[in-house]
Amino acid sequence: MNQILDQFLNFQVMGAAFPTLMAGLLTTAEICVVVILLGLAGGLGVALGSLHSSRWVRWPSIVLVDFFRAIPPLVLLIFVYSGLPFAGIRLSPFAAVVIAFLLNNSAYYGEVYRAGILSIGKGQFEAARSTGLTRAQTMLYVVLPQAVRNVLPDLLSNTVEVVKLTSLASVVSLGELLYAADMARSVTYNASPVVMAAAVYLVILWPLVRLVSRFERRLSL
Amino acid sequence: MKRPMLEIAGLFKAFGENAILNGINLKVPTGELVFVIGPSGSGKSTMLRCCNRLEEPTSGAILIEGTDICGLGVDINAMRRKVGMVFQSFNLYPHLNVRSNVSLALRKVLKLPRAEADERSMAALDLVGLAQRADFFPSQISGGQQQRVAIARALALEPKVMLFDEPTSALDPELVGSVLAVMRDLKASGMTMLVVSHEMGFAREAADRVIFMDGGVIVEEGAPEAVFGAPKHERTQAFLSRVRG
Ligand SMILES: Nc1ncnc2c1ncn2[C@@H]1O[C@H](COP(=O)(O)OP(=O)(O)O)[C@@H](O)[C@H]1O
Ligand SMILES: [Mg+2]
Repeated sequence: MNQILDQFLNFQVMGAAFPTLMAGLLTTAEICVVVILLGLAGGLGVALGSLHSSRWVRWPSIVLVDFFRAIPPLVLLIFVYSGLPFAGIRLSPFAAVVIAFLLNNSAYYGEVYRAGILSIGKGQFEAARSTGLTRAQTMLYVVLPQAVRNVLPDLLSNTVEVVKLTSLASVVSLGELLYAADMARSVTYNASPVVMAAAVYLVILWPLVRLVSRFERRLSL
Repeated sequence: MKRPMLEIAGLFKAFGENAILNGINLKVPTGELVFVIGPSGSGKSTMLRCCNRLEEPTSGAILIEGTDICGLGVDINAMRRKVGMVFQSFNLYPHLNVRSNVSLALRKVLKLPRAEADERSMAALDLVGLAQRADFFPSQISGGQQQRVAIARALALEPKVMLFDEPTSALDPELVGSVLAVMRDLKASGMTMLVVSHEMGFAREAADRVIFMDGGVIVEEGAPEAVFGAPKHERTQAFLSRVRG
Protein backbone atom coordinates (compact mmCIF):
# COMPACT_ATOMS: atom_id res chain seq x y z
CA MET A 1 0.00 0.00 0.00
CA ASN A 2 2.75 2.38 0.97
CA GLN A 3 4.57 1.50 -2.22
CA ILE A 4 1.53 2.39 -4.27
CA LEU A 5 1.11 5.72 -2.50
CA ASP A 6 4.79 6.39 -2.99
CA GLN A 7 4.49 5.75 -6.73
CA PHE A 8 1.27 7.64 -7.39
CA LEU A 9 0.76 10.16 -4.62
CA ASN A 10 4.26 11.17 -3.71
CA PHE A 11 3.86 14.73 -2.47
CA GLN A 12 7.56 15.36 -2.46
CA VAL A 13 7.78 14.51 -6.16
CA MET A 14 4.66 16.50 -6.84
CA GLY A 15 6.11 19.53 -5.11
CA ALA A 16 9.27 19.31 -7.15
CA ALA A 17 7.33 18.89 -10.40
CA PHE A 18 4.88 21.66 -9.61
CA PRO A 19 6.66 24.56 -11.41
CA THR A 20 7.15 22.43 -14.54
CA LEU A 21 3.48 21.49 -14.53
CA MET A 22 2.36 25.08 -14.10
CA ALA A 23 4.50 26.12 -17.06
CA GLY A 24 2.82 23.31 -19.00
CA LEU A 25 -0.58 24.48 -17.85
CA LEU A 26 0.22 27.94 -19.17
CA THR A 27 0.98 26.50 -22.60
CA THR A 28 -2.23 24.48 -22.45
CA ALA A 29 -4.11 27.68 -21.65
CA GLU A 30 -2.48 29.47 -24.58
CA ILE A 31 -3.48 26.73 -27.01
CA CYS A 32 -7.03 26.76 -25.61
CA VAL A 33 -7.48 30.50 -25.88
CA VAL A 34 -6.28 30.64 -29.48
CA VAL A 35 -8.11 27.52 -30.63
CA ILE A 36 -11.37 28.37 -28.85
CA LEU A 37 -11.56 32.01 -29.93
CA LEU A 38 -10.49 31.42 -33.53
CA GLY A 39 -12.59 28.24 -33.59
CA LEU A 40 -15.71 30.12 -32.54
CA ALA A 41 -15.13 32.60 -35.37
CA GLY A 42 -14.14 29.96 -37.93
CA GLY A 43 -17.07 27.77 -36.93
CA LEU A 44 -19.46 30.63 -37.48
CA GLY A 45 -17.90 31.17 -40.89
CA VAL A 46 -18.34 27.59 -42.05
CA ALA A 47 -21.84 27.41 -40.54
CA LEU A 48 -22.93 30.45 -42.52
CA GLY A 49 -21.17 28.99 -45.55
CA SER A 50 -22.94 25.66 -45.21
CA LEU A 51 -26.31 27.45 -45.11
CA HIS A 52 -25.52 29.87 -47.94
CA SER A 53 -27.99 30.19 -50.78
CA SER A 54 -25.29 29.70 -53.41
CA ARG A 55 -24.24 26.11 -53.88
CA TRP A 56 -20.71 27.32 -54.78
CA VAL A 57 -20.32 28.44 -51.20
CA ARG A 58 -22.51 25.80 -49.58
CA TRP A 59 -20.97 22.64 -50.99
CA PRO A 60 -17.31 23.46 -50.27
CA SER A 61 -18.28 24.45 -46.73
CA ILE A 62 -20.13 21.19 -46.16
CA VAL A 63 -17.28 19.12 -47.61
CA LEU A 64 -14.78 20.96 -45.43
CA VAL A 65 -16.78 20.42 -42.28
CA ASP A 66 -17.34 16.74 -43.04
CA PHE A 67 -13.67 16.20 -43.84
CA PHE A 68 -12.33 17.75 -40.67
CA ARG A 69 -14.93 16.06 -38.51
CA ALA A 70 -14.14 12.67 -40.00
CA ILE A 71 -10.36 12.83 -39.78
CA PRO A 72 -8.92 11.92 -36.33
CA PRO A 73 -7.33 15.03 -34.79
CA LEU A 74 -4.15 13.14 -33.94
CA VAL A 75 -3.73 12.11 -37.58
CA LEU A 76 -4.28 15.69 -38.64
CA LEU A 77 -1.75 16.97 -36.11
CA ILE A 78 0.95 14.52 -37.18
CA PHE A 79 0.26 15.33 -40.81
CA VAL A 80 0.58 19.07 -40.21
CA TYR A 81 3.68 18.74 -38.05
CA SER A 82 5.56 15.87 -39.66
CA GLY A 83 3.96 15.59 -43.07
CA LEU A 84 3.99 19.17 -44.31
CA PRO A 85 7.80 19.54 -43.98
CA PHE A 86 7.98 17.18 -46.97
CA ALA A 87 6.29 19.99 -48.88
CA GLY A 88 8.76 22.47 -47.48
CA ILE A 89 6.35 23.79 -44.85
CA ARG A 90 8.02 23.55 -41.47
CA LEU A 91 5.95 24.69 -38.49
CA SER A 92 6.78 25.11 -34.85
CA PRO A 93 5.03 22.61 -32.57
CA PHE A 94 2.76 25.39 -31.29
CA ALA A 95 1.77 26.53 -34.78
CA ALA A 96 1.16 22.95 -35.90
CA VAL A 97 -1.02 22.25 -32.87
CA VAL A 98 -3.02 25.44 -33.31
CA ILE A 99 -3.60 24.86 -37.02
CA ALA A 100 -4.55 21.20 -36.68
CA PHE A 101 -6.89 21.74 -33.74
CA LEU A 102 -8.36 24.86 -35.24
CA LEU A 103 -9.36 22.97 -38.38
CA ASN A 104 -10.86 20.20 -36.29
CA ASN A 105 -12.52 22.51 -33.85
CA SER A 106 -13.97 24.98 -36.37
CA ALA A 107 -15.68 22.05 -38.03
CA TYR A 108 -17.25 20.96 -34.74
CA TYR A 109 -18.27 24.45 -33.67
CA GLY A 110 -19.58 24.94 -37.21
CA GLU A 111 -21.95 22.00 -36.85
CA VAL A 112 -23.18 23.34 -33.52
CA TYR A 113 -23.87 26.81 -34.91
CA ARG A 114 -25.55 25.26 -37.92
CA ALA A 115 -27.94 23.30 -35.73
CA GLY A 116 -28.62 26.48 -33.76
CA ILE A 117 -29.42 28.53 -36.84
CA LEU A 118 -31.66 25.77 -38.19
CA SER A 119 -33.55 25.76 -34.89
CA ILE A 120 -34.80 29.29 -35.57
CA GLY A 121 -38.14 29.40 -37.34
CA LYS A 122 -38.55 30.84 -40.80
CA GLY A 123 -40.93 33.44 -39.38
CA GLN A 124 -38.06 35.22 -37.63
CA PHE A 125 -36.18 35.69 -40.90
CA GLU A 126 -39.33 36.85 -42.64
CA ALA A 127 -40.33 39.31 -39.96
CA ALA A 128 -36.85 40.82 -40.00
CA ARG A 129 -36.59 40.97 -43.77
CA SER A 130 -40.07 42.49 -44.01
CA THR A 131 -38.86 45.46 -41.94
CA GLY A 132 -36.02 46.08 -44.38
CA LEU A 133 -33.15 44.46 -42.48
CA THR A 134 -30.57 42.97 -44.81
CA ARG A 135 -29.68 39.29 -44.72
CA ALA A 136 -26.54 40.04 -42.71
CA GLN A 137 -28.40 42.25 -40.23
CA THR A 138 -31.08 39.60 -39.84
CA MET A 139 -28.42 37.03 -38.99
CA LEU A 140 -26.55 39.31 -36.62
CA TYR A 141 -29.39 40.88 -34.66
CA VAL A 142 -32.24 38.39 -34.89
CA VAL A 143 -31.10 34.86 -35.69
CA LEU A 144 -27.67 34.42 -34.11
CA PRO A 145 -28.52 35.68 -30.63
CA GLN A 146 -31.34 33.15 -30.44
CA ALA A 147 -29.37 30.41 -32.18
CA VAL A 148 -26.40 30.71 -29.83
CA ARG A 149 -28.67 30.67 -26.82
CA ASN A 150 -30.30 27.47 -28.08
CA VAL A 151 -27.01 25.64 -28.52
CA LEU A 152 -25.08 27.03 -25.55
CA PRO A 153 -24.69 23.60 -23.90
CA ASP A 154 -23.27 22.16 -27.11
CA LEU A 155 -20.87 25.06 -27.58
CA LEU A 156 -19.70 24.63 -24.02
CA SER A 157 -19.45 20.89 -24.32
CA ASN A 158 -17.35 21.29 -27.45
CA THR A 159 -15.13 23.69 -25.56
CA VAL A 160 -14.52 20.99 -22.94
CA GLU A 161 -13.41 18.72 -25.77
CA VAL A 162 -10.90 21.33 -26.92
CA VAL A 163 -9.27 21.43 -23.51
CA LYS A 164 -8.98 17.65 -23.54
CA LEU A 165 -7.71 17.73 -27.10
CA THR A 166 -4.71 19.85 -26.10
CA SER A 167 -3.18 16.85 -24.33
CA LEU A 168 -2.54 15.36 -27.79
CA ALA A 169 -0.03 18.15 -28.37
CA SER A 170 2.45 16.13 -26.28
CA VAL A 171 3.12 13.91 -29.29
CA VAL A 172 4.79 16.79 -31.10
CA SER A 173 6.83 17.63 -27.99
CA LEU A 174 4.90 20.77 -27.22
CA GLY A 175 5.39 21.47 -23.55
CA GLU A 176 1.78 21.57 -22.46
CA LEU A 177 0.43 20.13 -19.24
CA LEU A 178 0.54 16.43 -20.08
CA TYR A 179 3.93 16.68 -21.77
CA ALA A 180 5.35 18.50 -18.77
CA ALA A 181 3.96 15.86 -16.42
CA ASP A 182 5.37 13.04 -18.50
CA MET A 183 8.76 14.69 -18.59
CA ALA A 184 8.68 15.00 -14.82
CA ARG A 185 7.67 11.35 -14.61
CA SER A 186 10.63 10.21 -16.68
CA VAL A 187 13.06 12.31 -14.70
CA THR A 188 11.78 11.21 -11.28
CA TYR A 189 10.87 7.62 -12.17
CA ASN A 190 7.60 8.31 -10.40
CA ALA A 191 4.01 8.45 -11.71
CA SER A 192 2.87 11.15 -9.28
CA PRO A 193 3.34 14.07 -11.73
CA VAL A 194 0.95 12.35 -14.17
CA VAL A 195 -1.58 11.87 -11.39
CA MET A 196 -1.20 15.53 -10.58
CA ALA A 197 -1.78 16.48 -14.23
CA ALA A 198 -4.93 14.35 -14.25
CA ALA A 199 -6.07 16.17 -11.11
CA VAL A 200 -5.49 19.53 -12.77
CA TYR A 201 -7.56 18.53 -15.82
CA LEU A 202 -10.27 17.33 -13.49
CA VAL A 203 -10.33 20.53 -11.46
CA ILE A 204 -10.61 22.62 -14.60
CA LEU A 205 -13.09 20.51 -16.50
CA TRP A 206 -15.39 19.21 -13.82
CA PRO A 207 -17.10 22.55 -13.19
CA LEU A 208 -17.48 23.01 -16.94
CA VAL A 209 -19.04 19.59 -17.32
CA ARG A 210 -21.44 20.35 -14.46
CA LEU A 211 -22.31 23.64 -16.13
CA VAL A 212 -23.12 21.83 -19.39
CA SER A 213 -25.46 19.49 -17.51
CA ARG A 214 -27.17 22.43 -15.81
CA PHE A 215 -27.68 24.23 -19.11
CA GLU A 216 -29.02 21.08 -20.70
CA ARG A 217 -31.48 20.54 -17.89
CA ARG A 218 -32.63 24.14 -17.99
CA LEU A 219 -33.14 24.13 -21.75
CA SER A 220 -35.02 20.84 -21.68
CA LEU A 221 -37.55 22.18 -19.17
CA MET B 1 -61.06 56.56 -58.44
CA LYS B 2 -57.96 57.70 -56.58
CA ARG B 3 -54.51 56.69 -57.78
CA PRO B 4 -53.73 53.17 -56.54
CA MET B 5 -51.20 53.00 -53.72
CA LEU B 6 -50.69 49.31 -54.38
CA GLU B 7 -51.21 47.67 -57.71
CA ILE B 8 -50.82 43.99 -58.49
CA ALA B 9 -50.64 43.48 -62.25
CA GLY B 10 -50.69 40.12 -64.01
CA LEU B 11 -49.16 38.32 -61.04
CA PHE B 12 -48.20 34.68 -61.59
CA LYS B 13 -46.39 32.55 -59.07
CA ALA B 14 -45.38 28.91 -59.34
CA PHE B 15 -43.40 26.74 -56.94
CA GLY B 16 -41.63 24.44 -59.37
CA GLU B 17 -44.39 22.79 -61.41
CA ASN B 18 -47.02 23.98 -58.99
CA ALA B 19 -48.88 27.05 -60.26
CA ILE B 20 -50.21 28.89 -57.21
CA LEU B 21 -51.15 32.33 -58.53
CA ASN B 22 -52.59 32.42 -62.02
CA GLY B 23 -52.87 36.03 -63.02
CA ILE B 24 -53.91 38.35 -60.20
CA ASN B 25 -54.90 41.93 -61.00
CA LEU B 26 -55.77 44.17 -58.10
CA LYS B 27 -55.66 47.87 -57.38
CA VAL B 28 -55.76 49.17 -53.84
CA PRO B 29 -56.39 52.95 -53.86
CA THR B 30 -54.77 55.11 -51.20
CA GLY B 31 -56.52 54.78 -47.87
CA GLU B 32 -58.68 51.81 -48.84
CA LEU B 33 -58.95 48.52 -47.06
CA VAL B 34 -59.25 45.51 -49.32
CA PHE B 35 -60.34 42.37 -47.56
CA VAL B 36 -59.32 39.00 -48.98
CA ILE B 37 -61.17 35.76 -48.37
CA GLY B 38 -60.85 32.34 -49.91
CA PRO B 39 -60.32 28.68 -49.03
CA SER B 40 -57.07 27.47 -47.54
CA GLY B 41 -54.45 26.92 -50.23
CA SER B 42 -56.02 29.37 -52.65
CA GLY B 43 -52.86 31.50 -52.68
CA LYS B 44 -53.84 34.37 -50.35
CA SER B 45 -50.64 34.28 -48.33
CA THR B 46 -48.55 33.84 -51.45
CA MET B 47 -50.13 36.94 -53.00
CA LEU B 48 -49.41 38.98 -49.87
CA ARG B 49 -45.87 37.69 -49.65
CA CYS B 50 -45.23 38.69 -53.26
CA CYS B 51 -46.21 42.24 -52.31
CA ASN B 52 -43.02 42.67 -50.29
CA ARG B 53 -41.02 40.05 -52.18
CA LEU B 54 -40.82 37.51 -49.43
CA GLU B 55 -41.73 35.44 -52.50
CA GLU B 56 -40.40 36.34 -55.92
CA PRO B 57 -43.19 36.57 -58.48
CA THR B 58 -42.75 34.25 -61.44
CA SER B 59 -44.06 37.03 -63.62
CA GLY B 60 -46.09 40.19 -63.28
CA ALA B 61 -45.56 43.44 -61.48
CA ILE B 62 -46.14 44.80 -57.99
CA LEU B 63 -46.35 48.58 -57.99
CA ILE B 64 -46.15 50.78 -54.91
CA GLU B 65 -47.04 54.36 -55.76
CA GLY B 66 -46.39 53.47 -59.37
CA THR B 67 -42.91 51.96 -58.83
CA ASP B 68 -42.44 48.31 -59.70
CA ILE B 69 -40.78 46.76 -56.65
CA CYS B 70 -39.58 43.85 -58.76
CA GLY B 71 -37.84 46.13 -61.25
CA LEU B 72 -34.13 45.93 -61.90
CA GLY B 73 -32.05 48.17 -59.71
CA VAL B 74 -34.77 48.51 -57.07
CA ASP B 75 -33.40 48.63 -53.52
CA ILE B 76 -35.50 45.85 -52.08
CA ASN B 77 -34.74 46.75 -48.47
CA ALA B 78 -35.86 50.32 -49.08
CA MET B 79 -39.02 49.02 -50.81
CA ARG B 80 -39.82 46.72 -47.93
CA ARG B 81 -39.92 49.69 -45.56
CA LYS B 82 -42.86 51.02 -47.52
CA VAL B 83 -44.76 47.77 -47.08
CA GLY B 84 -45.50 46.70 -43.53
CA MET B 85 -46.37 43.08 -42.91
CA VAL B 86 -48.20 41.42 -40.04
CA PHE B 87 -48.06 37.65 -39.76
CA GLN B 88 -50.49 35.12 -38.36
CA SER B 89 -47.89 33.93 -35.85
CA PHE B 90 -46.74 37.46 -34.80
CA ASN B 91 -43.06 36.57 -35.23
CA LEU B 92 -41.84 38.92 -32.53
CA TYR B 93 -38.16 38.56 -31.65
CA PRO B 94 -38.27 36.59 -28.38
CA HIS B 95 -34.82 37.71 -27.22
CA LEU B 96 -35.66 41.41 -27.40
CA ASN B 97 -38.06 43.38 -25.26
CA VAL B 98 -41.09 45.04 -26.76
CA ARG B 99 -39.38 48.40 -27.30
CA SER B 100 -36.38 46.79 -29.00
CA ASN B 101 -38.65 44.69 -31.19
CA VAL B 102 -40.01 47.94 -32.56
CA SER B 103 -36.79 49.94 -32.60
CA LEU B 104 -34.47 47.36 -34.20
CA ALA B 105 -35.29 48.29 -37.79
CA LEU B 106 -35.38 51.99 -36.92
CA ARG B 107 -31.82 51.79 -35.69
CA LYS B 108 -30.38 49.35 -38.21
CA VAL B 109 -32.34 50.20 -41.34
CA LEU B 110 -33.17 53.89 -40.89
CA LYS B 111 -29.94 54.35 -38.88
CA LEU B 112 -31.66 56.53 -36.31
CA PRO B 113 -29.75 57.25 -33.11
CA ARG B 114 -30.96 55.21 -30.19
CA ALA B 115 -32.79 58.01 -28.42
CA GLU B 116 -34.73 58.98 -31.51
CA ALA B 117 -35.46 55.35 -32.36
CA ASP B 118 -36.76 54.76 -28.84
CA GLU B 119 -38.93 57.84 -29.02
CA ARG B 120 -40.46 56.72 -32.30
CA SER B 121 -40.92 53.21 -30.96
CA MET B 122 -42.80 54.51 -27.97
CA ALA B 123 -45.01 56.59 -30.24
CA ALA B 124 -45.82 53.50 -32.32
CA LEU B 125 -46.49 51.45 -29.20
CA ASP B 126 -48.75 54.21 -27.98
CA LEU B 127 -50.79 53.91 -31.17
CA VAL B 128 -51.53 50.28 -30.35
CA GLY B 129 -52.07 51.03 -26.67
CA LEU B 130 -49.01 49.21 -25.37
CA ALA B 131 -46.54 51.92 -24.36
CA GLN B 132 -46.70 50.67 -20.78
CA ARG B 133 -45.50 47.21 -21.92
CA ALA B 134 -42.28 48.52 -23.52
CA ASP B 135 -39.96 46.75 -21.09
CA PHE B 136 -41.73 43.39 -21.22
CA PHE B 137 -40.52 40.48 -23.27
CA PRO B 138 -42.84 38.90 -25.84
CA SER B 139 -43.27 35.79 -23.69
CA GLN B 140 -44.61 37.97 -20.88
CA ILE B 141 -47.56 39.45 -22.77
CA SER B 142 -50.70 37.96 -24.27
CA GLY B 143 -51.06 36.85 -27.88
CA GLY B 144 -53.25 39.83 -28.66
CA GLN B 145 -50.69 42.18 -27.19
CA GLN B 146 -47.93 40.46 -29.12
CA GLN B 147 -49.81 40.97 -32.35
CA ARG B 148 -50.33 44.63 -31.54
CA VAL B 149 -46.58 44.96 -30.94
CA ALA B 150 -46.02 43.35 -34.33
CA ILE B 151 -48.31 45.97 -35.83
CA ALA B 152 -46.39 48.72 -34.04
CA ARG B 153 -43.13 47.27 -35.32
CA ALA B 154 -44.38 47.62 -38.88
CA LEU B 155 -46.00 51.03 -38.31
CA ALA B 156 -42.87 52.56 -36.81
CA LEU B 157 -41.28 52.47 -40.25
CA GLU B 158 -44.13 54.63 -41.55
CA PRO B 159 -45.12 52.29 -44.37
CA LYS B 160 -47.38 53.26 -47.25
CA VAL B 161 -49.22 49.95 -47.25
CA MET B 162 -49.93 47.42 -44.53
CA LEU B 163 -50.38 43.73 -45.31
CA PHE B 164 -52.15 41.51 -42.79
CA ASP B 165 -52.02 37.74 -43.18
CA GLU B 166 -54.71 36.26 -40.92
CA PRO B 167 -53.66 38.52 -38.03
CA THR B 168 -56.21 37.12 -35.59
CA SER B 169 -56.31 33.45 -36.58
CA ALA B 170 -53.81 32.38 -33.93
CA LEU B 171 -55.58 34.27 -31.14
CA ASP B 172 -57.99 33.12 -28.48
CA PRO B 173 -61.43 34.55 -29.31
CA GLU B 174 -61.41 36.99 -26.40
CA LEU B 175 -58.18 38.58 -27.67
CA VAL B 176 -59.31 39.12 -31.25
CA GLY B 177 -61.22 42.31 -30.53
CA SER B 178 -58.24 44.35 -29.36
CA VAL B 179 -56.30 43.59 -32.54
CA LEU B 180 -59.27 44.40 -34.76
CA ALA B 181 -59.72 47.66 -32.87
CA VAL B 182 -56.15 48.66 -33.70
CA MET B 183 -56.74 47.78 -37.34
CA ARG B 184 -59.93 49.85 -37.35
CA ASP B 185 -58.00 52.86 -35.98
CA LEU B 186 -55.38 52.33 -38.63
CA LYS B 187 -57.97 52.35 -41.36
CA ALA B 188 -59.49 55.50 -39.89
CA SER B 189 -56.09 57.18 -39.96
CA GLY B 190 -55.95 56.67 -43.70
CA MET B 191 -53.66 53.65 -44.04
CA THR B 192 -53.87 51.58 -47.20
CA MET B 193 -54.48 48.00 -46.15
CA LEU B 194 -54.66 44.55 -47.70
CA VAL B 195 -56.10 42.12 -45.19
CA VAL B 196 -56.47 38.35 -45.39
CA SER B 197 -58.84 37.29 -42.63
CA HIS B 198 -61.91 35.29 -41.65
CA GLU B 199 -63.38 38.10 -39.55
CA MET B 200 -66.39 38.79 -41.74
CA GLY B 201 -67.90 41.14 -39.18
CA PHE B 202 -64.82 43.30 -39.34
CA ALA B 203 -64.95 43.23 -43.14
CA ARG B 204 -68.55 44.44 -43.16
CA GLU B 205 -67.76 47.52 -41.12
CA ALA B 206 -64.22 48.37 -42.22
CA ALA B 207 -63.60 47.01 -45.71
CA ASP B 208 -64.08 49.11 -48.83
CA ARG B 209 -63.95 46.03 -50.98
CA VAL B 210 -63.91 42.27 -50.54
CA ILE B 211 -62.23 39.91 -52.94
CA PHE B 212 -62.79 36.18 -53.03
CA MET B 213 -59.85 34.08 -54.24
CA ASP B 214 -59.86 30.48 -55.33
CA GLY B 215 -57.31 28.49 -57.30
CA GLY B 216 -54.92 31.40 -57.56
CA VAL B 217 -57.31 33.83 -59.22
CA ILE B 218 -59.75 36.47 -58.02
CA VAL B 219 -63.13 34.86 -58.55
CA GLU B 220 -65.33 37.66 -57.31
CA GLU B 221 -64.97 41.13 -55.92
CA GLY B 222 -67.25 43.88 -54.73
CA ALA B 223 -68.54 45.83 -51.77
CA PRO B 224 -68.80 43.78 -48.56
CA GLU B 225 -72.63 43.81 -48.62
CA ALA B 226 -72.62 42.59 -52.21
CA VAL B 227 -70.09 39.78 -51.78
CA PHE B 228 -71.39 38.59 -48.42
CA GLY B 229 -75.08 39.40 -48.99
CA ALA B 230 -75.55 38.33 -52.58
CA PRO B 231 -72.51 36.44 -53.88
CA LYS B 232 -72.77 36.01 -57.63
CA HIS B 233 -70.36 33.20 -58.08
CA GLU B 234 -71.13 29.63 -57.15
CA ARG B 235 -67.72 29.06 -55.57
CA THR B 236 -68.15 32.16 -53.41
CA GLN B 237 -71.54 30.94 -52.26
CA ALA B 238 -70.15 27.51 -51.42
CA PHE B 239 -67.24 29.05 -49.51
CA LEU B 240 -69.42 31.45 -47.54
CA SER B 241 -71.93 28.81 -46.57
CA ARG B 242 -69.06 26.61 -45.41
CA VAL B 243 -67.45 29.26 -43.20
CA ARG B 244 -70.78 30.29 -41.77
CA GLY B 245 -71.37 26.63 -40.84
N1 LIG C 1 -42.53 27.99 -50.35
C1 LIG C 1 -43.43 27.16 -50.93
N2 LIG C 1 -43.01 26.11 -51.65
C2 LIG C 1 -43.89 25.29 -52.25
N3 LIG C 1 -45.24 25.44 -52.19
C3 LIG C 1 -45.71 26.45 -51.47
C4 LIG C 1 -44.84 27.37 -50.80
N4 LIG C 1 -45.60 28.30 -50.18
C5 LIG C 1 -46.89 27.98 -50.45
N5 LIG C 1 -46.96 26.88 -51.21
C6 LIG C 1 -48.19 26.25 -51.71
O1 LIG C 1 -48.98 27.24 -52.30
C7 LIG C 1 -50.35 26.99 -52.06
C8 LIG C 1 -51.03 28.24 -51.61
O2 LIG C 1 -50.53 28.56 -50.33
P1 LIG C 1 -50.96 29.88 -49.57
O3 LIG C 1 -50.62 31.05 -50.40
O4 LIG C 1 -50.33 29.79 -48.23
O5 LIG C 1 -52.53 29.73 -49.48
P2 LIG C 1 -53.54 30.40 -48.45
O6 LIG C 1 -52.83 31.46 -47.71
O7 LIG C 1 -54.63 30.92 -49.31
O8 LIG C 1 -54.02 29.29 -47.56
C9 LIG C 1 -50.43 25.84 -51.06
O9 LIG C 1 -50.81 24.68 -51.75
C10 LIG C 1 -49.01 25.72 -50.56
O10 LIG C 1 -48.72 24.36 -50.33
MG1 LIG D 1 -52.38 31.64 -45.67
